[in-house]
Amino acid sequence: MSFSITDPSPRQKAVAGALVIAYALITMLPLIWIVSTGFKSSADSIAYPPKIAFEPSLEGYVNLFTAQTRQTPEYLAENPPQTWYEEIVHEKGMVIAGPSRFGERFLNSVIIGFGSTFLSVFLGTLAAYAFSRYRIPLKDDLLFFILSTRMMPPIAVAIPIFLMFRNLGLSDTHLGMILLYTAVNLSLSVWLLKGFIDEIPREYEEAALIDGYTRFQAFRKVVLPQAATGIAATAIFCLIFSWNEYAFAVLLTSGTAQTAPPFIPTIIGVGGQDWPAVAAGATLFLLPVMVFTILLRKHLLRGITFGAVRK
Amino acid sequence: MTDTAMGRVAEATPPGVARRIRGLSDRAIAWIFVAPTIFLLLAVNIFPLIWTIRLSFTNFRANRPNAEVESVGLRNYQRILTDADVWATMQATAHFLFWTLFFQVLLGFALAWLINRKFRHSDLWTTIIVLPMMLSPAVVGNFWTFLYQPQIGLFNYAVEFLTGVPATSFSMIGEVSLAPWAIVIVDTWMWTPFVMLICLAGLRSIPESIYEAAECDRASPWRQFWTITVPMVLPFLMLAVLFRGIENFKMFDLVVQLTGGGPGNTTTLTSIDLKREAFEKWRTGYSSAYAIVLFVTVFGLASIYVKALNKVKER
Amino acid sequence: MKTMPLLASSALVAALGAAEARAADLTLCWAAWDPANALIELSKDFEAQSGHKMSFEFVPWPNFADRMLNELNSGGQLCDLMIGDSQWIGLGAEAGHYVKLNDFFDANGIDMADFIPATVTGYAEWPKGTPNYWALPAFGDVVGWTYRKDWFEKPELQKEFSEKYGRDLAPPKTLEELKDIAEFFQEREIDGKTVYGAAIYTERGSEGITMGVTNALYNYGFQYGSPENPYELDGYVNSPGAVEGLEFYKALYDCCTPPGSSDWYMSEDIDAYKSGQVALQMNFAFIWPGVEADPNVGGGKSGYFANPAGPAGHFAQLGGQGISVVSYSDQQEAALEYIRWFAQPEVQKKWWSLGGYSALKAVVEDPGFATSQPYAQTFLDSMAIVKDFWAEPSYASLLLSMQDRVHKYVVAGQGTAQEALDGLVEDWTEVFEDDGKI
Repeated sequence: MSFSITDPSPRQKAVAGALVIAYALITMLPLIWIVSTGFKSSADSIAYPPKIAFEPSLEGYVNLFTAQTRQTPEYLAENPPQTWYEEIVHEKGMVIAGPSRFGERFLNSVIIGFGSTFLSVFLGTLAAYAFSRYRIPLKDDLLFFILSTRMMPPIAVAIPIFLMFRNLGLSDTHLGMILLYTAVNLSLSVWLLKGFIDEIPREYEEAALIDGYTRFQAFRKVVLPQAATGIAATAIFCLIFSWNEYAFAVLLTSGTAQTAPPFIPTIIGVGGQDWPAVAAGATLFLLPVMVFTILLRKHLLRGITFGAVRK
Repeated sequence: MTDTAMGRVAEATPPGVARRIRGLSDRAIAWIFVAPTIFLLLAVNIFPLIWTIRLSFTNFRANRPNAEVESVGLRNYQRILTDADVWATMQATAHFLFWTLFFQVLLGFALAWLINRKFRHSDLWTTIIVLPMMLSPAVVGNFWTFLYQPQIGLFNYAVEFLTGVPATSFSMIGEVSLAPWAIVIVDTWMWTPFVMLICLAGLRSIPESIYEAAECDRASPWRQFWTITVPMVLPFLMLAVLFRGIENFKMFDLVVQLTGGGPGNTTTLTSIDLKREAFEKWRTGYSSAYAIVLFVTVFGLASIYVKALNKVKER
Repeated sequence: MKTMPLLASSALVAALGAAEARAADLTLCWAAWDPANALIELSKDFEAQSGHKMSFEFVPWPNFADRMLNELNSGGQLCDLMIGDSQWIGLGAEAGHYVKLNDFFDANGIDMADFIPATVTGYAEWPKGTPNYWALPAFGDVVGWTYRKDWFEKPELQKEFSEKYGRDLAPPKTLEELKDIAEFFQEREIDGKTVYGAAIYTERGSEGITMGVTNALYNYGFQYGSPENPYELDGYVNSPGAVEGLEFYKALYDCCTPPGSSDWYMSEDIDAYKSGQVALQMNFAFIWPGVEADPNVGGGKSGYFANPAGPAGHFAQLGGQGISVVSYSDQQEAALEYIRWFAQPEVQKKWWSLGGYSALKAVVEDPGFATSQPYAQTFLDSMAIVKDFWAEPSYASLLLSMQDRVHKYVVAGQGTAQEALDGLVEDWTEVFEDDGKI
């Protein structure tokens, strides 16, 4: 039996496939548990021993989106529930007092997450292009400087940033968080994109220049389309970071611009942590970034080649 | 410093190119393209860093704006470097760093190698494996406290199912001996896909002709693996380790949600300790010095590492 | 005559203008928990009466102190009204975060003597024991115990227990008795499930284990300082009684708690209790309305008792909060109006009926109060024996040291109780030295 690295036999493929699928299934278990907990009732979510089979309930999602208060039985009897979600709340002896903060927090995440992703990819592409196309003395040092900005623990710079933001009126604003996340992501985005632009042959641009394009036009019409894959992959990584960031968000935002990650773990139900609502929040929060990744997945692998590593 | 560097950027651009084209000069383009990035990094990273360095020589407390700020020289640094608790957090961080990188490299590379066998639907399974790293670390940490609960959590029941050890006989985050591993497991679960992706990219970048040539030379697959695959993937792997290493040195959100640093101080990583000093005790001067010590450590380790990476690249 | 309509209309305009300026948008900050939701409901009356609009910013307990102290320390204007934790009062007063309320109370006939004395000391005064008020007691809270009455009432268990311990299986009178009961239930089969003794506070990250262990420490003889000099710690914090108390808490943790309860606070204790894992639960009184309403453990299946006495005394850890006006707010007038409204006896009565623990004597001394809820009497008994943690401006540093020292000993099992408390004396002394108090 021959073993070839370039042309695996069907048996090799089957073994490899089985191992990968086994890993995928194991790694999916916690995720499945999170998603399914979102559809459990509060009592089932903390059932002891844990329940595999359970009656699905939308209680978690209702709790996630509403604020509730306990009411006296008399009050409840006088005000029968009007809708299916009011009924779920009603059964626990509570009434809906209004919408919860989850919607706002989610929207903040969308604005800040996608805003900073766009900005860091945009600026990163420009800088990466300049680094790639111009002979730059101390290029390695400059690039290392850019990378080094990612080494500072967020907590370490949080105090001066906190004071600075307050003086500039940026604290607890969307703009402040977008700028902050952009700065943190720029190091990754410049590094990834530079590698990618390096791989685009210079001859294409030179040809365009000779055809009478300006540098800007050559950049826009030749380099950008060629770099689309790298830009997409970079966008995924930037989004994953800014979408999920916690430490800055918890220290620098409060009422207005708080994103979902500091909010979700702290969803409190009747007394204790409301696990179904937490799980529902985590599930909904995963969806946009998951969809974004699946849409761009073809570019994910190509993009991450860090072309800089080898020509 | 950057201004002069930028000047040199522009100067280094050959004048010939600039003359050939219409529109903006190359020099202007270099400025326009690089300036926003450098400016933002200076404003959000370097300026606070300098501020932090200044504060680190004082006894400033951000919650007592009216108190007098005195210079204390190097005393903050002296206190940090001689504090046994700080060294304990460094050790906890080192343990976390080493084992997460070890497992993630091992698993990540193995998975990438297997996926590169190109079995049916391998793309689908790759996408599934990548999912955990898209979750928010804070949410993951929070949810794993639930999975680790001996009575109601999934993890202990899974262990019982596989090994027969009773689920309620051990507590992953409650025992001094297990808690450091509990955080390693969660981080590995979450971030192995990242290492896998980079390795996969490395594997796919190896031209098939090299293997074909080796096969003509009748090199055994084992030999091909060690003389072609490993060396050619190594730069990618090192880059993955660099990014994961930096991230895990800063690790805060996942672990703080998962264990709160306990039991005792077993999983109090440096970032968690730093956060307590800075934002709970509000010893701003002291914690600034602490931050600088950490930054210098990462910066030093990373620059040695990047030098090594560049050497590997050149080979 | 011609000027009259003009005057009238300008007066009308002025009045309208004033009304517009008066209709403030007030933000009240508190922890995110059941009582906060009840307060939203209660505040609707205030909105209707005053024309002001109320907004709320609720932060969950694990982040509450962090977030809110951050806000106050940076002079933020997010909160006009703050229901801050009892231990913040020293900081609020000394750093100027809170508005002093004495004149306001005098002008509006609000008398602190009308409130439960412990809550006035605990939530409103700084320095303690002096009539300087920085808050109005808003929510009385105290650590107490919940137990599975349905399990206690099982004849076979009652028989076995009295044979073993020579007394009835009933709510314990002392901490030792509590431990016996917990031990009795530990790893017992009930209704086909293995159950455990007690869910207690062990949380590491914020304040959990401190709020739990003090219930044992106080009753075995721990004191924060000498009666003459509050900052003289040695011999009080680490007295032989205190050591014994800490050892008791560790013994209770080791023998009689569910596996994995190494990082538990309010929320985890509730989960364990509601899912039928434990016979006893230590928790703040605020959870009791939720326990009564729970489908699994509510409706008479649970009973309540105050923290039992120890050999050297009978205390319980105080929780709860007062409501303060934030000095950085530019709507202080409207905020004070809210406090004036909130202090009224009818409002306080409604507050209790919605699940808020009123601290007003007129409410709790009402003859019907003790029987109004199954836990009402226990609440009164508990509020009579409360003791609080430090309320110094540096309370956060003091708390962090205690979390560290106690968690290391009780949960991680490192060192001895004596070493833990000696270390605590060292840490606290350092904090007070830094503050220039000693």
